Amino acid sequence: MQDGFLTIYWRDMIRFVRFKTLLVSSLLQPALWLAFFGIAMASNFDAIMAGMPVPEGAKAVGYLTFMGCGIIAMTTLFTSLFSGIVILFDKNWGLMREILASPVSRNHIIIGIALSGVTKSFIQAIIIMGFGVLIGAAFFAGVAPLQIVIGITGVLAFVAMFALGFLFLSAAIAISMESPEGLQGVMTLLTMPIFFASNALYPINNFPEILRVISAYNPMTLLINGIRYFAIGPDFYALGHQYAFTQEDILLSFLGLVLFTAIMFALAWWRFRKAVVT
Amino acid sequence: MAGPVAAGDIPIISVENLEHRYGDFKAVDGISFSVKKGEIFSFLGPNGAGKSTAINVLITLLNLQKGKATIAGHDVKTDPQKIRESIGIVFQDITLDRDMTVWEILEFHGRLYGMPLAERRERIEELLKLVQLDAKRNELTKKLSGGMKRRLEIARGLMTRPPVLFLDEPTIGLDPQTRMRMWEYIRGVNREGTTIFLTTHYMDEADQLSDRISIIDHGRIVVTGTPWQLKNTLGQDLIYLETSDNPAARRLLESHPSVREITEKKQGIILMVNEDGTRLLPGVIDMLRENGVAISTINLKKPTMDDVFVFYTGKEIRDEGQQPARGGFLRAARH
Repeated sequence: MQDGFLTIYWRDMIRFVRFKTLLVSSLLQPALWLAFFGIAMASNFDAIMAGMPVPEGAKAVGYLTFMGCGIIAMTTLFTSLFSGIVILFDKNWGLMREILASPVSRNHIIIGIALSGVTKSFIQAIIIMGFGVLIGAAFFAGVAPLQIVIGITGVLAFVAMFALGFLFLSAAIAISMESPEGLQGVMTLLTMPIFFASNALYPINNFPEILRVISAYNPMTLLINGIRYFAIGPDFYALGHQYAFTQEDILLSFLGLVLFTAIMFALAWWRFRKAVVT
Repeated sequence: MAGPVAAGDIPIISVENLEHRYGDFKAVDGISFSVKKGEIFSFLGPNGAGKSTAINVLITLLNLQKGKATIAGHDVKTDPQKIRESIGIVFQDITLDRDMTVWEILEFHGRLYGMPLAERRERIEELLKLVQLDAKRNELTKKLSGGMKRRLEIARGLMTRPPVLFLDEPTIGLDPQTRMRMWEYIRGVNREGTTIFLTTHYMDEADQLSDRISIIDHGRIVVTGTPWQLKNTLGQDLIYLETSDNPAARRLLESHPSVREITEKKQGIILMVNEDGTRLLPGVIDMLRENGVAISTINLKKPTMDDVFVFYTGKEIRDEGQQPARGGFLRAARH
């Protein structure tokens, strides 16, 4: 059967729009970050930075724009990591048996789940970008429509690769665990370091050496590099630090994410092969 | 979709020396049996006897470790994909997505099995009528009663018109009226030509539904036969009488050709008879009455599946409470 993955995808999307509270809260959370933390910190940082000279040729951007890119990444991280809970429920409630006992191949099941996870992240990323622009973030400021399309495509490509990596990680953990509570604990434990040891809210350049190295290779940082490159520009100045990305830098960041996702896929593959669902 | 199996006595399921272990524990210990096309075949056994393990191997959710099994002409070990296309399954526990509607459950299932759109939609309408869930089509499954959920699962199992339908404890936890209704559905489905493989730990269910029963215990098949054969191996009906003069009644009946044995109880006598007790009883009553013995109480007991079960396994069926939970046990056994 050639379109088995579409069936899996269809079911997942039905559930995505059906859990209204989950849907709304998953969108409200990043909006609240932007509206409260973003605006509050922006008003402080922008006042402090107001007197500082901007290096020649660099475009100065406000804090809201800077951290807005981080919030897109944060949302993608949370959504992808917690998507494993659905797999755990499917497993515990026996729903997975129906699918596993059907003629749909295992590959199609994985593709279907991955595709729906990526779709969810796309919807969220686009809504957050829109909301950010609405409250004053300078995403895609002053560029031609074609550039905006390229920019959004670039952002989504990074989001997709990152989302896949964490979907696989989440699935691998979920299939190995028994209780949703335990899973929730592990996920919460994971999100903290991934989120804070990254350049989502602040530059990492002044971190202590070890933390700086960890942060530089954090997939979260790689994602945010890509988002900022496409949403703000290759050369900008924020929080007293100049960000200049070459195309090679961005390609490397992307390849880093590809590598991360490949490893996570292998991990998920291994865990799923060992799992017995009856 | 039916395999190369013609009607008649050709087996549609055939299993030889099937064995399955969880670590050191043999859950299924070398069973062999076959199911004829068009019959209702039951595994009757206590919880933990190995019924679900055997079924999970046959439906390809567990690897076939040892032995040979074919369904509709396809080998379970080498051709699991073909098996999956030839069978419908109703699992032991409810496996419905709580947040999908009745219609979506069936649509999803049809799509999973690659049914073309038109056929799928037509089949959904047919089945919703068959299991009388037509009016509930847009209801989320979490709002259905237990019986409705089970009916929906049976409808789902039939979506693809499989030649063989597996029912793992189909009426577990249902009230008596709903159970009877389910039995009717199952018989109806069977009349339309679907072979049914059923596991149950309810005696009456096996007795009422099955063409043939295998009693299974400790992973082995203890005996196989029709309900009638199984009950008849135990022999006789029992008639209990209380009369105005028990010793006289005993003397009179001892000479009766169909009475094999008489035991005296505190207030009455028990006759073990070697023909159908319901036909024998009027004659017995007349005989006593003609000889001036008045009867105050009569009780006729037919051998039940319970008696059969106790006879073959040497024990009453085990209570669910006394067994470790299935999931917990399997988990413990796997690690």
